[in-house]
Amino acid sequence: MSAPNKSYDPVEVEALKPEEIERMRNEALAAFAAADSLDALHEAKVAHTGPTSPLALANREIGALPPHAKAEAGKRVGQARGAVNKALAARQAELEAERDARVLVEEAVDVTLPYDRVPAGARHPLTTLSERIEDVFVAMGYEVAEGPEAEAEWFNFDALNIGPDHPARTEHDTFFVQGADGGAQSGVVLRTHTSPVQIRSLLQRELPVYVICPGRVYRTDELDATHTPVFHQVELLAVDEGLTMADLKGTLDHMVQSLFGEGMKTRLRPNFFPFTEPSAEMDMVCYVCRGESVGNPDRPCRTCSSEGWIELGGCGMVNPRVLTACGVDPEKYSGFAFGFGIERMLMFRHHVEDMRDMVEGDVRFTRPFGMEI
Amino acid sequence: MRVPLSWLREYVDLPATETGRDVQEKLISVGLEVETVERLGADLKGPIVVGQVLTIEELEGFKKPIRFCTVDVGQANGTGEPQEIVCGARNFEVGDKVVVVLPGGVLPGGFEISARKTYGKVSHGMICSSEELGMGDDGTKGIVVLPPESEVGADAIELLELVDEVLDIAVTPDRGYCLSMRGVAREAAIAYGLPLRDPALLDVPAPNAFGYPVKISEPLGCDRFTARTVSGLDPEARSPIWLQRRLQKAGMRPISLAVDVTNYVMLELGQPLHAYDRGRVQGAIGVRRAQPGEKLTTLDGVTRTLDPEDLVITDDRGPIGLAGVMGGADTEIDDTRGTTTEVVIEAAHFDPVSIARTARRHKLSSEASRRFERGVDPQAASAAAQRTVDLLVLLAGGTADAGVTEVIAPSAPHTLTLPADHPDKVAGVAYGRETVVRRLQEIGCDVYGQDELIVTVPSWRPDLREANDLAEEVIRLEGYENLPSTLPRPPAGRGLTDRQRLHRRVGRALAGAGYVEAPNYPFIGQAVLDQLGIEADDARRQVVTLLNPLSDEEPALRTTLLPGLLGALRRNDGRGSHDLALFETGLVFRPTGAERVPARLPVDRRPSEEDLAALNAALPHQPRHVAVVLAGARERSGWWGKGRPGDWADAVEAARTVAREAGVRLTVRAGQHAPWHPGRCAALYAVVDGTETLVGHAGELHPRVVKAMGLPERTCAMEMELDLLERAGGGIVPAPRISTFPVATQDVALVVDKPVPQAEVEAALREGAGELLEDIRLFDVYENAEQLGDGKKSLAYALRFRAADRTLTVEEASAARDAAVALAAERTGAVLRGA
Repeated sequence: MSAPNKSYDPVEVEALKPEEIERMRNEALAAFAAADSLDALHEAKVAHTGPTSPLALANREIGALPPHAKAEAGKRVGQARGAVNKALAARQAELEAERDARVLVEEAVDVTLPYDRVPAGARHPLTTLSERIEDVFVAMGYEVAEGPEAEAEWFNFDALNIGPDHPARTEHDTFFVQGADGGAQSGVVLRTHTSPVQIRSLLQRELPVYVICPGRVYRTDELDATHTPVFHQVELLAVDEGLTMADLKGTLDHMVQSLFGEGMKTRLRPNFFPFTEPSAEMDMVCYVCRGESVGNPDRPCRTCSSEGWIELGGCGMVNPRVLTACGVDPEKYSGFAFGFGIERMLMFRHHVEDMRDMVEGDVRFTRPFGMEI
Repeated sequence: MRVPLSWLREYVDLPATETGRDVQEKLISVGLEVETVERLGADLKGPIVVGQVLTIEELEGFKKPIRFCTVDVGQANGTGEPQEIVCGARNFEVGDKVVVVLPGGVLPGGFEISARKTYGKVSHGMICSSEELGMGDDGTKGIVVLPPESEVGADAIELLELVDEVLDIAVTPDRGYCLSMRGVAREAAIAYGLPLRDPALLDVPAPNAFGYPVKISEPLGCDRFTARTVSGLDPEARSPIWLQRRLQKAGMRPISLAVDVTNYVMLELGQPLHAYDRGRVQGAIGVRRAQPGEKLTTLDGVTRTLDPEDLVITDDRGPIGLAGVMGGADTEIDDTRGTTTEVVIEAAHFDPVSIARTARRHKLSSEASRRFERGVDPQAASAAAQRTVDLLVLLAGGTADAGVTEVIAPSAPHTLTLPADHPDKVAGVAYGRETVVRRLQEIGCDVYGQDELIVTVPSWRPDLREANDLAEEVIRLEGYENLPSTLPRPPAGRGLTDRQRLHRRVGRALAGAGYVEAPNYPFIGQAVLDQLGIEADDARRQVVTLLNPLSDEEPALRTTLLPGLLGALRRNDGRGSHDLALFETGLVFRPTGAERVPARLPVDRRPSEEDLAALNAALPHQPRHVAVVLAGARERSGWWGKGRPGDWADAVEAARTVAREAGVRLTVRAGQHAPWHPGRCAALYAVVDGTETLVGHAGELHPRVVKAMGLPERTCAMEMELDLLERAGGGIVPAPRISTFPVATQDVALVVDKPVPQAEVEAALREGAGELLEDIRLFDVYENAEQLGDGKKSLAYALRFRAADRTLTVEEASAARDAAVALAAERTGAVLRGA
């Protein structure tokens, strides 16, 4: 019979004693707790969980135990190693959190620093306001029509029922273009309004015609706080069967509601234009005070000067003579038209006080308007 | 037209409580543009009384002559004693009746009167001028001297009708009849639903053979001429206060009785009249066209050379008046020497177009011409002549002569047919026949018929010619404010055109890149083209010129956007904004060289296509351009580090930004073009309609231009013809195929002669690399004579290769790279650096 306990080494068995395991465990936990940096923790980790650490060595001893002791020792060592690993992970997380907090604090910046490396660009408010108006009508099915700025007199005047001797013709303060031979006759003017685009539209397009015509126009006014020789208009023309003044009124109402908000309305006042009959001046209710400043000195309105209404422009039913000049049968078709100045609308919509601000191209004026208006 | 409310009430019994503002509102609602209501004497307060000057003592020793007066104001001062008043005016004498404001009175402007010490005396009130009383211009600019019959102590506020309201009406060109009290009263009567007392309803004697002889040789220009004569006028007679006051309130200056009466009747009835001094007219009065070279001195003292189209009034010697515009000086009523005792009164009707042309030709717009141009009631001529005669008889003690001359060309009243429902169709409102007929009758029409109305328009409404004119009358009287609001339903639209969308995109892209839009006036002069260094034979020197420019310095229209934009840049710089990037899109004007003055086309039908083409051929070419200018920092310095000045490359990049929006690949070549720096100018090309076309330039401006225009140093600019880019734009973008196999990157550095453009090297690499090349990017340009040799530069490119169907081997990528380098070497002499 061999000696059954020959391989039992009393020293090695000593290492698996419960109190030894407990000591190893406590030493490891103490070392982790004492590690004040991730580096120190790493050292402690190698010392207490590495392959040569006391617990790892103790674990190796288990195989040498008699079977009856294996289970108990295995359990004891396993529990100790579990506790040590758990403590290590916890300390690791703790130290990492501390490090992260420290580093992120060090990386903090002053987020209030300005950043104007490339100054912002902007589109001119006259452009964007015109587009905004166009979009209102494009959404309704209208198309945008354009025409030349140096325009034949026939388009600018004659076809619009402003004959050579019409009083209105001299009131237009027209720029005339010199003849190619240097003479006074060219038959060409700088268009005084966007109305010639009406004529071009009627001549070029299939009926019915629903167009909106924005553009630059010219009058021989000197530049001052309220006048500019070069300005912008938007003109609308609708020619169809059965169009009425009520349709004109509704279209105007829709426009001011789209541009200035719900509840806005317009007012028509009789007037005279050669190219419309009947003709009217159109006002919109003041979008600021909605008329409440009228007769109310306690609540004066600077937008409408407490008038309650803001003058917009002219409008009317297309004069049948205009239709005739374009070859449109006035017995079958009728139409309405209106036009107004963009500068004026910009002035009252945005409280621009001086016309010159809109024409001098000062970037300080234009920048705040951005891309859309 | 200025309408005193007190005068208006003479023809319409307006409710006594109606204020000027009430009447204004009513008149506006029927379509008269009452611009203002002037409240005369609103803040006036008595006692303001008639006084008689008793004594005048001239005070010496002051800078200006001062008078110390005693004035009898009757019992108005409570004591009956003479009032002591200091006065600085001199146009009155002892015994004159004057207007005195006593202490306690208030003059217009809140000017309170009290007894006060002045010039060493105590002044107990003030002797008033017309201006101080707010009466308007009486021609004297001095103290008001009242007629001798004025009663001392009487209330002058009442006597001079100082308290009134005046409506100022802007009369539109179609409503000539409202340039008269009669016309405005008619509108007021309709607005209030009250009867009108028509001042033209007068008994007029029948014409006879012994009136003043009148010969009309131009019946087309003058279809009616009434002549009446009044004799035995008292040359001393002056216009009574009421007449003067009405003229003043209406904005006219009293002159002399005969002139005042004709002006008064014109204001009342709208019929311009002329009174000739009979003693100064020789022989029959005639109406004819002027003869070439004839001259006439008009009442304003100007001698005018007449045009054969001018209509003139003549006597035996020649022209004595510019018909319907202004009388001649030779036959003027003599109000200075007061010798006129007999007058011939003319009430005529002239062709509006003829009068308008004459007024325009002679730059002479008068009260008469304004009325004739807009249409005067021809039927009112006889009544107006009668009214003038009556007033002269009444006020100047004259006698109306029995002779009555009336020359009348035959004419018929204007009649038109109107479907009874036409106003309904125009308005979109069911007014019904009854309303239509009633409204037309109210404005003076005779109306017959049922469904088709036969409408005879009144003689004072020559503007009512067509059905829509009548519709307007009905609709305005029914109230524009009562029109319903309906929306038509246009057919589906196609949205913006490609050109319009591109225009917007370009604006957004440039603004997004930091450019600020600055639209400028298109007026330029030769001087700025000189400053830009544009050569004499450059197309941009061919300009469209204005006949009547605002400034003689800038008589032409722009052929390039740069003058305006550079002006805006300079203006901003001068105002302290130095880091600038501006853009503009707009039309330029280029003569075609083939402009012909087009024939005047008809308007009674659509012109033929040839005629329309001829109209368009008269116009200059007007393409839309886009331009940018920049100066100062493109990227500013700051806490992030150093900034970067804007330079030629930014200008070229702006061109690429625009081209990208247009879907166009720009080809950039070195260019030489004013106003750019000859070594820093990019010529920009695009394929337009299949042909490579120069579309613009970009780069740094020539230093001479910068200096000449006073611009910031190194100002850069870009200008392109946007319309060409739109044509070059490539429709629908084909989607690229995206390979998910890995990329193989190869860098090459090539040494070439300095003048070789990078674009050529890149193009050769691109072509040589073949299909496997996904992308190529220049990442460095290096110039170092020691390392590379004189006149050489090194261009470093990153080439990215990728295949659609496999992972490329190193050998494949290298082979493609070698092929690229080989082609670059062949094309440009490039040598692989380090090889």
